[in-house]
Order: sequence, then structure tokens, then C-alpha cells
Amino acid sequence: MDAPVDAPGVRPADTSRVDLLLIAEMVSPGSRVLDIGCGDGTLLRILSDKRGVDGRGIELSQAGVNRCVAQGLSVIQGDADTDLSHYPNAAFDYAILSRTIQATRNPRHVLEQLLRIGKRVVVSFPNFGHWRVRMQLMLGGRMPQTDTLPEAWYNTPNIHLCTIKDFLTLCEDMGANVERVVALNAYGTKLVSMPLSAQNLFGEQAVFLLSR
Amino acid sequence: MNETPGTDSFAELKRRQQVTDPFSEVVHFPASQGLPLDGGAVLAPFSVAYNTYGTLNADKSNVVLVCHALTGDQHVANPHPVTGKPGWWETMVGPGKPIDTNRYFVLCPNVIGGCMGSTGPSSLNPATGRPYGTDFPVITLRDMVRAQARLLDHLGVDQVLSVIGGSMGGMQVLEWAATYKERVFSAIPIACAARHSSQNIAFHEVGRQAVMADPDWHGGHYLDEGKSPRKGLAVARMAAHITYLSDRALHTKFGRNLQDREEVTFGFDADFQVESYLRHQGMSFVDRFDANSYLYITRAMDYFDIAADHGGVLANAYAGTKTRFCLISFTSDWLFPTEESREVVHALNAVAANVSFVEIDSNKGHDAFLLHEPELFDTVRGFLGAAARQRGLDDADQGA
Repeated sequence: MDAPVDAPGVRPADTSRVDLLLIAEMVSPGSRVLDIGCGDGTLLRILSDKRGVDGRGIELSQAGVNRCVAQGLSVIQGDADTDLSHYPNAAFDYAILSRTIQATRNPRHVLEQLLRIGKRVVVSFPNFGHWRVRMQLMLGGRMPQTDTLPEAWYNTPNIHLCTIKDFLTLCEDMGANVERVVALNAYGTKLVSMPLSAQNLFGEQAVFLLSR
Repeated sequence: MNETPGTDSFAELKRRQQVTDPFSEVVHFPASQGLPLDGGAVLAPFSVAYNTYGTLNADKSNVVLVCHALTGDQHVANPHPVTGKPGWWETMVGPGKPIDTNRYFVLCPNVIGGCMGSTGPSSLNPATGRPYGTDFPVITLRDMVRAQARLLDHLGVDQVLSVIGGSMGGMQVLEWAATYKERVFSAIPIACAARHSSQNIAFHEVGRQAVMADPDWHGGHYLDEGKSPRKGLAVARMAAHITYLSDRALHTKFGRNLQDREEVTFGFDADFQVESYLRHQGMSFVDRFDANSYLYITRAMDYFDIAADHGGVLANAYAGTKTRFCLISFTSDWLFPTEESREVVHALNAVAANVSFVEIDSNKGHDAFLLHEPELFDTVRGFLGAAARQRGLDDADQGA
């Protein structure tokens, strides 16, 4: 299940979306996947090409949807906050929410829905506990702007930011089973054998594998 | 612009010839192989006229079935035998086009109830030896689809790679995917709905009343009288044509511009360009279409409600489907608004079907599916190519 996945042209060192490759590693080959917030379909293409996955996507922006479908991906326009309720229970082996949960209006409700429609759930998000974020607020006295959180406070879509510890608390609260947590530093390196507090400090983003 | 209505124009003679001797392939099913209809009657004998483009491959796996709209026909990508105009979907179907006839075998049948060679109200009633007229049984979209399935049987095609169509064609696509799940590998319903809305039924009723109010309709037996309700049918077409466009499209095209004059005439002549345009649309339509076919096919659309046929729950119609769907709608289409397509998407999601859905930004209204819309072409090309790969068709010629 942890066979490394390398996608040509997506080298960890020079992209901020290394979380996608990590997610692809977590997904079993040939499984049925729903990618919520699939953007231009990068992850779906990786999953389909490298893991032989039966992938579907939901994307908020119509332009993104149209680009995906023109490339032969199965994608519909939809909103994670409202449109997951149409799917039946356990419809997918994996429900994936990559760097989208912090932009939803009701993250807890979205996570409930993910755990309902997916046998397993993969969630990735930018870690607001990263030391750069903490430094900018503590020393600069300003809302943080980083590579993973580039927008200013007034135009950011990220309205529900959290830290790795915060997200763990939510999972415990909801009774979700946390199978794996992987934090990635700014260079896309996995922070292994590090205590949680350190991961929360040095992880720029995190990927969670959950199940009910 | 004011063409005088006549009952025996040359164009109409050419059109009537298409009923019995269509300028296309036609298969005749004898009385012993009649078509059972939803209304209880059996249509026997019956004929299905169809056109094909491209080459059928050895295992018959590259068939793309095109379903035409209300006033369309099988002449998808060849000059129309009556009007001489280009085929109605030449932008979409042809060598190197999104539905690439170098790769796919495209098949388009005329619907039963039509007037271009498939059995309809202007065909001869075997019981009387005269045209059916309103003695033709009322048909449904499912009856049309059933007739098409018989054509596939005749051609030895078990499963189509894709079935595609816009408007009533899209409704047939949805019916195909519900009624013959195993025979539809992928489906592309465009600018349509799983049921005909109250507003759409209302517009159809206006059109039918216009036809029936024409004294030349003769209770539906105008062919026996050597007449044709041309004025009524033209009015029906004019009213319908407005619903195919959008306020924005009409405004952009015509504004309040006057037709060949400097000022209004204070009369009821076609002062405005838009009036002249509509009159032309009406008059040219009656040259190529049968009034009773218009009544029967609009009725079939009105009766269409897939959910009602499946216990009131649309999702039930698609339970267990393996078909790959791609729904397409247009922002300015007020006849089949995006919301109707979205309802189908939600029903398909409810059975975890493989579905794509694209809404295309266009100001051209419902007719956008027939026009130059690059995003429509990209979507169909991409989706169909992926379906072909899944189906295991030779992938050598992937040049977009």
C-alpha cells in the first residue's frame, strides 16, 4: 500500500503539491475513489495512470470541471458543503479531500459526509501550527502568508484553518479512526519518528488517513 | 419575405417522397415483427430510416448512436435531401470532428412518428391504404427508443460505445440508459431533462393548437384532402423557435432593427427584422416537416417522465448502471435549464454512477447544442475518447 508513486513532471522538490503524491501512495490500486475539490484533475490523473483507480471528481469551479472532462476524467461541478449528501453510504473505497477542508463552510459536516460515503477518507490541509505561521503572527503581528497560504486575510478562501493537533481533536471528537498521520515539511519530506508536537511545529502540511 | 403558402410546392413534393422512399438506408420490419407501443397498440408493419457515417469495426464496438431532436432527422452530416442545407450536426460529426467518423461508426435513425422515412402519421395505414393521419397511435419516447433497439438488433450491434443527443435527442439518451442499461457503454445527454416541464408542455400545446386551428388541418386527414396546414404549422414553429433562443441572443442579432425600411409603417407588415426572421423560420420549416408528425412528437415529449416510470424516484431508473454518463447544459438555455440536468446528476450520484457534468457558458440559448461551441466540442471529444479507451478501442490515433 505504500509503494512510492512518482509522477513525471511532478517532482516533490519543486512543487507545493507533494501531498498529492503522498495521497496517491495511500490509495490501494484499482480502488474506487471520489476526489472532492479535484481542481484541474492532477490527482485523478495520477491515481488513474499510476494506481489504475476508478476515479470521480467534484470541483467547485466550472472552468476546472470543463478542463477535467475534456481530458476524459469523470468530474461534476459541485460543492463539498452541499453536494455530498446525494451519494449513498460507502459508495467509494476512498473519499479524498485534498487541501479543501479549510475552505469549506462547515468542515465537521463535510468530514461526517466523507466518513459516510467513503470506506476510508484521506484529508490533507495546510498546517496552521507551522513555525513560519507562528513566527509571522508572533513577531510580525500580521496574518501569516506562506507558500501554502499565499492569499491575504481579505481574499483568502481559507476560512477554517487548523493545526495538526486541532484536526486530531476533531477526529477524536467524531469517533473517527486515525489510521495514519503524515506531516510534510516545506521541502516535501515526510517527518517521521518525531513527536506530535514537533510534527505540528515543522509540518507545513499534513495528510490524514481516516476510517469510521 | 412573405412567401405565399401553397399545398403543393416543389419542396413539399420532395418531402412527401421521403416518407415512402427516403434518401437514406431504411429497414422494413414486417407485420409479423410489429412494435408494441406504451399506449397498448402494436405498430405493424413499421420502418426505420437511418443514416450511417464511418466504418463499423470487426467486433462492432465503435458504434455511436445519435438521437435527433424534435424537428431533426437522420441527415446528421450530409446535405438535407429536401432543403439542400448542410446536415444538422456537421459541426460535431465527421472526419476529425469531435465525433470522429475516422474512428467511430455513427448511426442516426429517424424517430418513429417522424416524416423522413420511419413510420409516422404520414405513412400509409395498412388497414385503410391511406395515410394514417390522426389514426396513427400516440407514441412515447420509449417507443422511439424501442424501435431504435430493433434497428441495432437488425444490424447485429449488442452494445453502442455511446449514445448522444441534444434536447429530445438527450431525452432519448436518458431513456436508452434507463431501459437498455447493458447496451449503452456511455451516454451523452445534452440540453435535456428526465421529464418534460409544465412550461414546456404549455409551449407545445400552443403549437399544437395553432396546427389544429388551421382549417387545412381537416381533423388530421389533410393528406386525403390534398391539403396541408401550412399556416398553423408555421405559427407553431415561430412560437417554438423563440424558446430555442435567448433574450440576449435575439437582442444581439436583431435589436429593434427595422426590416428593409427607414421607419415603422403603422401596420402589421413585418416592420422589425425579428418578425421577418421568425416568418422565414416558420415558412421554411413547413417545407420540410409534416404537421401531424409535429403533433405526435411533441406529445411524446410531453408524456416523458422517467421517474414516473420508476416508482417516482429517478435514481431507481439507473440503479446498478455501469454506463458512463456525461451531461452537458448551457447557461442561457431556459427551455431545459441547467437545474434539470443537475437533478439527473444527483439521481446518478445516488446510485454512485460514473457521471461527468459540464455546464457551458453560452448566450445562444437552447440551440447552443447545434452551434459553434468550442467547449462543447472539447467535452464531447474528451469524454468519448476516454470511453473508447475504457472500451478497449484502438488508441493509436489520439491526435486531438
